[in-house]
Amino acid sequence: MISMTELSKIHNSPESAARLKKRRAAEWRLKAYGIMAITLAGAALVTLMWSVVGKAAGAFTESYITLPVYLAADEIDPDGTGERAIIGRANFGGVTKDALKDAFPFVKSRGDKRAMYDIISGGAAFELRELTMADPAIIGQTIDFRFLASDIADLYLKGSYGDLVEQNAGGTLTVQSDGKTAVVTSSTTDFAFVMARVKSDLLAKAAFNRDQAALQENGRAVFTQRGDLDEAAKREAARDRLLGVAEELEARAALDGGREALDKNSPSVLVRMGETWVKLTEVSATGGEGKIIGVLDSGVRAAGDWQVYLQDLPEASRKVSDLQIVLIENLRSAGAVETVFSKRFFMAGDSREPELAGIWGAAVGSFWTMLVTILLAFPIGVMAAIYLEEFAKKNWVNTFIEVNINNLAAVPSIVYGLLGLAIFLGFFGVPRSAPLAGGIVLAVMTLPTIIIASRAAMAAVPPSIRDAALGIGASKLQTALHHVLPLSMPGILTGTIIGMARALGETAPLIMIGMVAFIVDVPTGVMDSATVLPVQIYRWSDFPERAFEARTSAAILVLLVFLIFMNGLAVFLRKRFERRW
Amino acid sequence: MTNEVKISTKNVDVFYGDNHAIKDVSVDILKNTVTAFIGPSGCGKSTFLRCLNRMNDTIDSCKITGELLMDGEDIYAKSVDPVQLRAKVGMVFQKPNPFPKSIFDNVAYGPRIHGLVGNKTDLEEVVETSLRRAAIWNEVKDRLDAPGTSLSGGQQQRLCIARAIATAPEVLLMDEPASSLDPIATAQIEELIDELRNNYSVVIVTHSMQQAARVSQKTAFFHMGDMVEYGDTTAIFTNPVDQRTQDYITGRFG
Amino acid sequence: MLALTALLIVGLAIGFFILSRAKAISVSQGALANLHSRPSYHGTYVMLWVVIVGLALLLVLMLGGNAYLDAKFLGDIRAALPDARDIEIDLVLSDVKAIAAGLVSSRIDPLREATAIDFATADAVRIWATVAISLGGALLAGVLGMRQISAEWRARNRSERIIVGILWLSAAVAVLTTLGIVLSLIFETFNFFASIGWRVDKFLFGTRWSPLSGVQDGMMDMDKVGAVPLFAGTLMITGIAMLVAVPIGLFAAIYLSEFASPKVRLWAKPMLEILAGIPTVVYGFFAAITVAPFIRNAGEAIGLSVASESALAAGIVMGVMIIPFISSLSDDVINAVPQSLRDGSYGLGATKAETIRQVVLPAALPGIVSAILLGVSRAIGETMIVVMAAGQGANLTANPLEAVTTVTVQIVMLITGDTEASTAAGPAFTLAFTLFCITLALNIFALRFVRKYREKYD
Repeated sequence: MISMTELSKIHNSPESAARLKKRRAAEWRLKAYGIMAITLAGAALVTLMWSVVGKAAGAFTESYITLPVYLAADEIDPDGTGERAIIGRANFGGVTKDALKDAFPFVKSRGDKRAMYDIISGGAAFELRELTMADPAIIGQTIDFRFLASDIADLYLKGSYGDLVEQNAGGTLTVQSDGKTAVVTSSTTDFAFVMARVKSDLLAKAAFNRDQAALQENGRAVFTQRGDLDEAAKREAARDRLLGVAEELEARAALDGGREALDKNSPSVLVRMGETWVKLTEVSATGGEGKIIGVLDSGVRAAGDWQVYLQDLPEASRKVSDLQIVLIENLRSAGAVETVFSKRFFMAGDSREPELAGIWGAAVGSFWTMLVTILLAFPIGVMAAIYLEEFAKKNWVNTFIEVNINNLAAVPSIVYGLLGLAIFLGFFGVPRSAPLAGGIVLAVMTLPTIIIASRAAMAAVPPSIRDAALGIGASKLQTALHHVLPLSMPGILTGTIIGMARALGETAPLIMIGMVAFIVDVPTGVMDSATVLPVQIYRWSDFPERAFEARTSAAILVLLVFLIFMNGLAVFLRKRFERRW
Repeated sequence: MTNEVKISTKNVDVFYGDNHAIKDVSVDILKNTVTAFIGPSGCGKSTFLRCLNRMNDTIDSCKITGELLMDGEDIYAKSVDPVQLRAKVGMVFQKPNPFPKSIFDNVAYGPRIHGLVGNKTDLEEVVETSLRRAAIWNEVKDRLDAPGTSLSGGQQQRLCIARAIATAPEVLLMDEPASSLDPIATAQIEELIDELRNNYSVVIVTHSMQQAARVSQKTAFFHMGDMVEYGDTTAIFTNPVDQRTQDYITGRFG
Repeated sequence: MLALTALLIVGLAIGFFILSRAKAISVSQGALANLHSRPSYHGTYVMLWVVIVGLALLLVLMLGGNAYLDAKFLGDIRAALPDARDIEIDLVLSDVKAIAAGLVSSRIDPLREATAIDFATADAVRIWATVAISLGGALLAGVLGMRQISAEWRARNRSERIIVGILWLSAAVAVLTTLGIVLSLIFETFNFFASIGWRVDKFLFGTRWSPLSGVQDGMMDMDKVGAVPLFAGTLMITGIAMLVAVPIGLFAAIYLSEFASPKVRLWAKPMLEILAGIPTVVYGFFAAITVAPFIRNAGEAIGLSVASESALAAGIVMGVMIIPFISSLSDDVINAVPQSLRDGSYGLGATKAETIRQVVLPAALPGIVSAILLGVSRAIGETMIVVMAAGQGANLTANPLEAVTTVTVQIVMLITGDTEASTAAGPAFTLAFTLFCITLALNIFALRFVRKYREKYD
């Protein structure tokens, strides 16, 4: 038999001390896992917020381009009627294009013109129309009008496509122009930086070819081993071809001097001489040849009268072309470009053009939807809770109701959407896409949350209060309505607000009942077609235009502000009014 | 009964935040002796008991000053790990608190975490010895795999005592171990405490004077955080020095 | 018009309230104590009847009238166009309604115009009949109710009984909801299974999912309705999500409830709550714009080819979404473990880690398991993250770097796609029914677990 007294000596032994060290280490590890878990969760939250907030900024500003525009009377209102209807039918799109043509007369080819028109938003013509309709007196005059910049121009101005970076250039530039193209030669190696860039690209390409060749060599070895000499020969040929290409590229890169071509996949090099630019298509260390944008004669430019710029992102990888960059830069130098706070984002409805799209329509849609939801869910939820907490006897019907409520709380939201589609839209004939339909679906979805929270709040009211009321002859209903309900109201409201906040962020069920349609108009009632903020976020996130990314993020930010406000209100109510018995 | 001191405390004060819970208490706990702490509820006797194995460490606002020595070593020294201390100073609580495990695993818990035994046979032996010492072996030997929570209240408390014994402590602290038990179970526990004296120093907190009189050799009377009187149990109960002790044991308050 | 009628009924009810109260006062002959119930209860009683009868009649006539008109005119159009398909007849009817309401219709022909005139007449009759009958009914209810008023009339008890009845009806809405869900899902599921000749096995075990590509004469190609790739995709994304959420959520809960200082808890708990309050569409955007490209680039950097809509990205983000869910439920159950158990363990000289691992966690295990089950049920039913970040093609693969699709993604695609609603509804509702059954089973199972656990400690 083991002696416990002997055993107890272990506690003072060195083995025990060593063991204790291990045990403490295990404890430290568990704690570290916990800290790691919290840190990871926090990091996820910060990354999420940062990636949303960081992208959102662009949506809160918009760019304008101010151009003189001639409002020709014979085109807009030939008979001088001054009537809104007649002015409204005029071709303001054409007027806008004319303004651009006047500003940049050297843009000639159709493709270039189209690119030029694309720096101004399609919506600008409508604003010009509105202005003219409001004040027909300006017809026949030339006015300075602030045209809304298009999404690509706006993104370029905000630096989303990278910056146009000026390089050091100290030489004297000799220009030989034939009107369309020009050969520029500097007295020093001012273009060596381009050559370095191009050569490092060549070496990268060569390395890629060598990698491919190595793969072919592997294949050759395998086929040779298998005895399939035909295949091996094919691989060998491919290998040699790739190696040849690589060697050629490396030779080009190794060559001092020489000329290299620049295409759509290389960085853009732009030489600026005042308002005229040359976009280089071929370059050497001291100069190059390229297309003239503007008007240029042969001659010599002193150092300081010309600059050379590098746009690192190749033209093929960005939506804004070199021509457009040149036009925008010229306008910027002329002080015709401004970027200001965008009221439009908060005041406008949806649009396919990113620079015209706003969240007001979706916000109003959310408002109507939430209105329907709260008008249905709050009274029904509270009444159900009163019944279940104060009146329900323990029988199978009431147990069944309770089990039902608990299970409904776990049903995926998309199933509620299908319920809405089949029952409310299909059977009761509620109009598709209407806030009424969305509100009903969200109300049904939120009901369990409100019922459960309300019941918890009522259950927290001590029985002594009920006894007191019943004791002075109040009926059960009077006790519930006059005493229990008011006392539990803070808890009920807290639960309701939390439920509403969840409903406000809900997307999937509303997609099921058609609230995902493209709706420009701001809804004026619960029967109009509408969309809501989270669905708007979903739609915008799916659009290919890059400018929508900022708008999506900004819409998320707005939604989060609403949610934080609602949850803050719930916390405030809980802290301020909730009693502990 | 010997007169060898196991734990000696001098001028101990305990504060809970602003509340001065124990005021200048000095008591010696002797080896192979049952020492009873008695006094009205809220007098600080449980608080003082929990100081002896540093269970108060888990409460942030609790501050302890004074000298507490076990075998001449400071219990509250920086070098002492409370985990190690508690292995030597076992504790049984007011409410039986068996773990949601089998009876066997409950008793084997201490030996396992402290690595007292190397193999399964030894472990089984330790478990059996402990259960026998706690006088519950005969009731549970056929169902060691049953959950500890399936036992009756008195059995659960004896299981908890067995669990404490299995850790091979030198001192056993008992915080009102019979307060939630019926008279029969209480009698069994008291008998057990008397037996345990042979191997351990036992400190028992109780609000029942009869219980203190029955099981202890030394008694300390606490009142409002003060230790009013400490001495041989027979002396305290027959011939108290302090008026407050007399009032308490004659039933004037408490 | 009908909204106005509802308002009129409410007005009528208020009028009757005032009348009845006055009548009760006059019946009391000056001494209110003579009355069994106070006058306003008499008013309330009559008012309740007016509102209930009026609104019930209005609702029934509104729905019934619409259904009757639709059935009648569908029959008429069918008689005029005996060879037309169902969908064409539906189209004609909606055109007829549009013409009758003065809106734009897809086509105008003599049949449509003639029927529209008939329809406009019938519709007017329907509306006026609805208004007249419901107002009349409400009035009748009021008059009959007022006749009851007397000193002995127990108006209070009776109106309270009505109100409790209304309360009960509100509670029963939950049952109606469940019923609505089950009926609508089962109805379409039935249709779908009928259209594949009741080869349910082909749906449950088939591996090719392309239900809309083989539709012919209302029958579907039973070899293209295999939902296994969807189930597998859902399972994979759920699995990845749980791999992220369970350890992080559980360790966070353990740390917060056992180790953390109050100060850490003060900011860590709200942080998790914020994570829980973020709408899923935001998580979806995060997954699609930030996480998926990051994983693709990271994969490419080490020479792996990663689909831009990889299961991994959707799964990880879904896991982040579920972290607060697991952690708050686990936190609750860990805190529910009685302190006496911890004390018992510390009293034996156990460290915190030993206490947590060997006493607290086993005691909390049922609750934690149920939290995980509820988390799984969440992940399976989650829609937006996968719609925005997972793939759309049914692809049966075990590689988390490839794109997979899920049950919810397919439901959204079917319902929002270009295919006729009546064809797409079948597979969509069947998938939803499957989803409903799985989440329901998980939920019931999880609640059982929790209840068992509660019985043990309460």
